[in-house]
Amino acid sequence: MANEITKPENFFMSRFGMNERALELILGDALERKADYADLYFEHRSAEGLALEESIVNHTSKSVSQGVGVRVCSEDRTGYAYTDEVTIDRMKLAAEAARAIADDRGEVPAAVHIGQLVRRHQLYELESTPLEVPLEERARILRQIDEAARAYDPRIRNVMASFAAERRVMMVVNSNGQIAADVQPLCRLNVSVIAEEEGKGRQIGGFGGGGRVEWNFFFEQERWKDYALRAARQAIINLDAVDAPAGEMQVVLGPGWPGILLHEAIGHGLEGDFNRKGVSAFSNRIGQQVASTLCTVVDDGTIPNRRGTVNVDDEGTPTSRTTLIEKGILRGYLQDRMNARLMKMAPTGNGRRESFAHAPMPRMTNTFMLPGESTADEIIKSVKHGLYAVSFGGGQVDITNGKFVFSANEAYLIEDGEVTKPVKGATLIGNGPDVLTKVSMVGNDLALDSGIGTCGKDGQSVPVGVGLPTIRIDGITVGGTRQ
Amino acid sequence: MNQFEPALAEWLLSEARACGASAAEVLLVSGESIAAGVRKGEVEKLKSSRERRLGIRVFTGQSSATASTAEFERESLAAFIANTVAMARLTAPDPASGLPDPRLHPQHWPDLELSDPKHGIVNADEALKLARAAEKAALGADPRIKNSEGAEFSSGLYAIQFANSQGFGGGYAGTSFNLGAAPIAQSDDGKMQQGYWSTSARHFDSLEDAEAVGREAARRALRRLGARKIKTTRAPVVFEPEMAAGLLRSLAGAASGPSLYKGASFLANRLDTQVAAAGVTIVDDARMPARLGSKPFDGEGLATNRKNLVEGGVLKTYLLDCYSARKLKLQPTGNASRGVGETPGVGTTNLYLEPGAHTPEAIIGTIKNGLYVTELIGFGVNAVTGDYSRGAGGLWIENGELTYPVQEITIAGNLKEMFLGIEMIGNDLRWRSSVVSPTIKIAEMMIAGE
Repeated sequence: MANEITKPENFFMSRFGMNERALELILGDALERKADYADLYFEHRSAEGLALEESIVNHTSKSVSQGVGVRVCSEDRTGYAYTDEVTIDRMKLAAEAARAIADDRGEVPAAVHIGQLVRRHQLYELESTPLEVPLEERARILRQIDEAARAYDPRIRNVMASFAAERRVMMVVNSNGQIAADVQPLCRLNVSVIAEEEGKGRQIGGFGGGGRVEWNFFFEQERWKDYALRAARQAIINLDAVDAPAGEMQVVLGPGWPGILLHEAIGHGLEGDFNRKGVSAFSNRIGQQVASTLCTVVDDGTIPNRRGTVNVDDEGTPTSRTTLIEKGILRGYLQDRMNARLMKMAPTGNGRRESFAHAPMPRMTNTFMLPGESTADEIIKSVKHGLYAVSFGGGQVDITNGKFVFSANEAYLIEDGEVTKPVKGATLIGNGPDVLTKVSMVGNDLALDSGIGTCGKDGQSVPVGVGLPTIRIDGITVGGTRQ
Repeated sequence: MNQFEPALAEWLLSEARACGASAAEVLLVSGESIAAGVRKGEVEKLKSSRERRLGIRVFTGQSSATASTAEFERESLAAFIANTVAMARLTAPDPASGLPDPRLHPQHWPDLELSDPKHGIVNADEALKLARAAEKAALGADPRIKNSEGAEFSSGLYAIQFANSQGFGGGYAGTSFNLGAAPIAQSDDGKMQQGYWSTSARHFDSLEDAEAVGREAARRALRRLGARKIKTTRAPVVFEPEMAAGLLRSLAGAASGPSLYKGASFLANRLDTQVAAAGVTIVDDARMPARLGSKPFDGEGLATNRKNLVEGGVLKTYLLDCYSARKLKLQPTGNASRGVGETPGVGTTNLYLEPGAHTPEAIIGTIKNGLYVTELIGFGVNAVTGDYSRGAGGLWIENGELTYPVQEITIAGNLKEMFLGIEMIGNDLRWRSSVVSPTIKIAEMMIAGE
């Protein structure tokens, strides 16, 4: 399995009977109409999932997909064609379809010589992946989660647990002669719990985590049990939730997953494509103050074993750490090759794609704020009346006007510096370019999320991570029902 | 297109039996598509694809497993089936699992006109021409339209074949066409707003005119310029049709079997009770000719149908696949949806709220102070409790007229009360997607702003 593939670049060559000469010819075909650049992206993905409901593991599934995508770039134009039949003939047809984007106006391309193997990071060299763990063992942990969550409180009515693991092998070959390949394991353990109490109705709680990790990860500090208990606890707490307040107020965000704020409020707005086109609320603002001086925000694709980490991006560029905001000043954008070239900037290793069926775009990896000096206690104590939000569902942003939302699913009132009653879920809405200017305290407790994030953009999903220390925001609109 | 030979399904089912499966089903999906995009009048992207996937579900008694693959060599398929059967053996037996009651499989089904008789895949030149026309109309609509995220035309065809080991087999094919434009308006202070509009249909000739799509997208961008935040208040809310359709999706999700048997729905135990205002009738109709959500049989090979989900405000049925029907001790409703290699889920087909008598203007005219919602963002809908809180944008209503645009606000309530609070229903139902609604007015919601 994973450890059999020591040279992923050979995996596709032998699997599909390809050689470098054949790939050079196809890239040559792709460039025929004087395009600037072409690449071939090969992918083989196998995934397995199992799920528990009502105390039995009654769903198991497995999928295998493979294919190749041919991309041709000419100035700001992209031609893309893909096929799941990986043969020379099909790839030639795809190259013909993709090159229609070019218009014979560029320079005559030099012949392609594949030679240079891109040095990738080694951020998830696993002894074995969870796919190699016997199914029965994976099923057993789901049953133990079910027991642990039910034992937490008699009001737990139902437990749903699932475990998904995949292995993706990718190889990208481009017209500059570069070749890059990687094996990318990924897994996620997820728990949802329904609690019910007479007179209080039902509530849901959830927790999960994972990453590019071995099976053993879930046994360190009994993570599997922690996930079960956190999910159960959240459902029970929400049984007593009161209506959330409505209107603008001070909000304290807890550490970790609430970093989704950064992902929505600024991350998307700093992706190169939107800024090249001038359609982002952050367009042309590099060097300007967009956050309080307490805020430094980075995107880092090189943190070992994280869900948002990759050794190379899906264009073969090694990932890196990019400072987006430094002490409040906007410093950089997230770039893929095409947008970097058009903006005369360097690629940052953020060209990612969902699969061979998609052209790459600038995407985030692990996006987080660096820690400050305050303790979480000091931050909470400083608030007279506000909201303390510790867990969130999804978020979304309108890039062009900068308005973003993220929805709390575990939050509490802060009254006179004390965390008091739990409140029902509520959406928070703010304006990306100025929300961070209202950050008035930053905690010393930076945490990254547990490994559950998936980001959607233009119909493509990619795994991502976020992180945040405890922060205080002086004024964001909370969408509750109580005035 | 990449059609499958009919014998393949038979061979797969017999292989599954040979490996020891007591029952099995096979789903084969193939498709082909192109998409062409322009931006500021220039070609920006061309995309073409062809794909085929195979999914199976096998049973060993009451244990089951599902799998999908895109590797079609007979040798790897044989190993794939053997693996899947082995996985099923490791899965816990579940008394509610199994193929449908064979008597529920239809012998015949109508031709639903899912394929365009005149057009297959539209070629790239034609696609680019239409995308250009839409974007040009948007860019030319007003001098304040200063930028564009482009316009895109896509065209696809797909074929589905489904067979199971108790003798059901069938297939159908369809086409789809889509054209969308996303211009950006900018005011003197530099603030930008995007507008988006699109048209989708199974038949090319049913698409809205390309220029009209562009002009509508521009209108939607322009009317957002100068949007401001408002004070937190409680007020009536009018949902324009696109936004109202989202409420129908949330209701249908809560009426779906999997949410119900898990205890994860606010509609649990609400069958035959009042869940919406008396004027509300919501229909799910799979058999409408040429509609985007139409299909002759569902994801488990059951006949599809037309039914009232809600009639006069009363919840008349849940939406069930075979598994959730057995769990709830009810009959399946022909709403099984299916992804290749996934266990059946539940989906709506063509879902709509029956139109009322009022024009949208008349509905707005009844409101002294209120919100007309044209944008919603975020995922703040809790299906377990019905709690609803989403980011919103739109136009403020004063004395029965739309006035200035508003943004950076939320609307919140609970779906139970929101559906009971539907006071007026518009006469403006348009079949633009598979879930559609006319304009609706909800008596009161909390609007959070400053």
